[in-house]
Amino acid sequence: MSNNSLKGKAFKFGDDISTDLIIPGKYAHLRSNLPELAKHAMEDANPDFIRKVQPGDFVVAGSNFGLGSSREHAPLVIKMAGVSAILAKSFARIFFRNAINQGLPVLICNTDRISEGDMLEVSLDKGIITNNTNKETYNFTAIPQTMLNILNEGGLIPYINKHGDFKL
Amino acid sequence: MGKTLSEKILSEKSGVAVKAGDIVISPVDLVFVQDTTGPLTIRQFKAGNKQSLAVPEKTALFIDHASPSPGRQLSNDHLFMREFASESGCLLFDAGSGVCHQIVAEKLAKPGDVIVGADSHTVTAGALGAFATGMGSSDIAVAMSLGKTWFRVPETFQIQVTGSFSDGVGAKDLILYLIGMIGADGATYKALEFTGNTIDNMPLTQRLTIANMAIEAGAKVGIFPSDNVTRAYLKGMGREKSYMALKPDPDAIYERVINIETHKLEPLVARPHTVDNVAPASTLSDVKVNQVFIGTCTNGRLDDIAETADVLKDKHVFKGVRLLVCPASQRVLIESIDAGYIKTIIEAGGIILPPGCAACLGLHQGILGDNEVCISTANRNFKGRMGNPEGYIYLASTATAAASALRGKITDPREVL
Repeated sequence: MSNNSLKGKAFKFGDDISTDLIIPGKYAHLRSNLPELAKHAMEDANPDFIRKVQPGDFVVAGSNFGLGSSREHAPLVIKMAGVSAILAKSFARIFFRNAINQGLPVLICNTDRISEGDMLEVSLDKGIITNNTNKETYNFTAIPQTMLNILNEGGLIPYINKHGDFKL
Repeated sequence: MGKTLSEKILSEKSGVAVKAGDIVISPVDLVFVQDTTGPLTIRQFKAGNKQSLAVPEKTALFIDHASPSPGRQLSNDHLFMREFASESGCLLFDAGSGVCHQIVAEKLAKPGDVIVGADSHTVTAGALGAFATGMGSSDIAVAMSLGKTWFRVPETFQIQVTGSFSDGVGAKDLILYLIGMIGADGATYKALEFTGNTIDNMPLTQRLTIANMAIEAGAKVGIFPSDNVTRAYLKGMGREKSYMALKPDPDAIYERVINIETHKLEPLVARPHTVDNVAPASTLSDVKVNQVFIGTCTNGRLDDIAETADVLKDKHVFKGVRLLVCPASQRVLIESIDAGYIKTIIEAGGIILPPGCAACLGLHQGILGDNEVCISTANRNFKGRMGNPEGYIYLASTATAAASALRGKITDPREVL
């Protein structure tokens, strides 16, 4: 990652945010038109999200974020909305891997003390989240090295194009 | 040290003795996509430097999720997939063939295989003793191009299932019970490995129902031993040569062992909007249903269609209720016609849909209206899943769904048997 410090405000969600809440199957007809598809990111979880989100902002959630479908469009539309990282207590397995493969940081941390609208700063290098609204700091679990290598190349396709193979 | 089924398969395929927690690069025996993940996968594949498939005959495209297409953009996605199949030489199962996971079970999966698909329910093939898991488009694109992928070898929960099911209770109730017990993230990153005398005697069609829903507890795979049941199924599909016996080592290490006694189970229902929100069907008799959907990769097989016909024979669907029945593959449809089940279901007021995913994911063929309730044999009841966030989805067995179609409300099937 060229810029290892991320800054923006928090959009807070609950537990079990499914891929159907992130980008429902009913928009499958837009999956070959990603800019149009991205306009519906998180629509059924928070209809105002896409109107309010600014580049750099964070999606902050509870446990098991991204459960359900393998659709890589889910992390993709969140990234296209300008989100710089997703913070959650835990992630569903396929979503986590898909986000890394799309070059979108997914950080496991306790999100209880983060509220909607809080101004956050994330240092990916130091593993620290600073909440500039309530002046607290939080640690996040280190991303496994295999996945960090992929994230650092901007995603799986750029990683494979550079290395020609898995170099785990 | 003894190995679980997952450790065995990944060690054998990779040529390295691996244990839970290891990172492994494994060749894949089958890699596939469907029509809502396929176009992005093909685009990711084309963004790669290597422009050819590792093994075209081990790569498959399925047109099942929106099939036949309900709209212009999806039709164009289908064209894009057909074009790719034609230029790359991979397998194509076009509209009407059936749900990818059912066709993988019937025609492609073998015990001991490593299978990856751009669909979370790829876990279904675990019923045949394959290490089968869902991934996103980038991972699948790379697996198509390199013929391999990387895994973290999962820790395993051993699920020991013993005893006989009571009448009206079966595999779907068992997996709903397990998910209700451990939660929708209770097995995240883990393998669920099934064993016990109930499993030994369970037909493969029912093993498919259980493996299919392993992902609903967050699991990476839901895997069964390969035994005489597996051999009989493969023989029935004309593929006995694909059989290989496979079982875990007796001294394999399990992170957790869960015992389930089937005689204690009753018909269960997952209430909106999560699969782990499970309650006995008998406690939900005040829930009126507008639509009943029987089908999908979870419960769209011949025994499901037979059970539906059995419940409906010489009776009629409750007034005002839509009963949608979708055989999961062309083969299931033909066998259901030959057995007379389709006629029985139509005469009882049911609607037969073409083999495919149908109403499951809200694209077509049964989208819910505002505040409508559907009882479905599918695997997901997330808000918005069936095309409308104002709809309510309850998940149940085929017996419970068919009984509910007769009464117009959620019904314990033991009341109509």
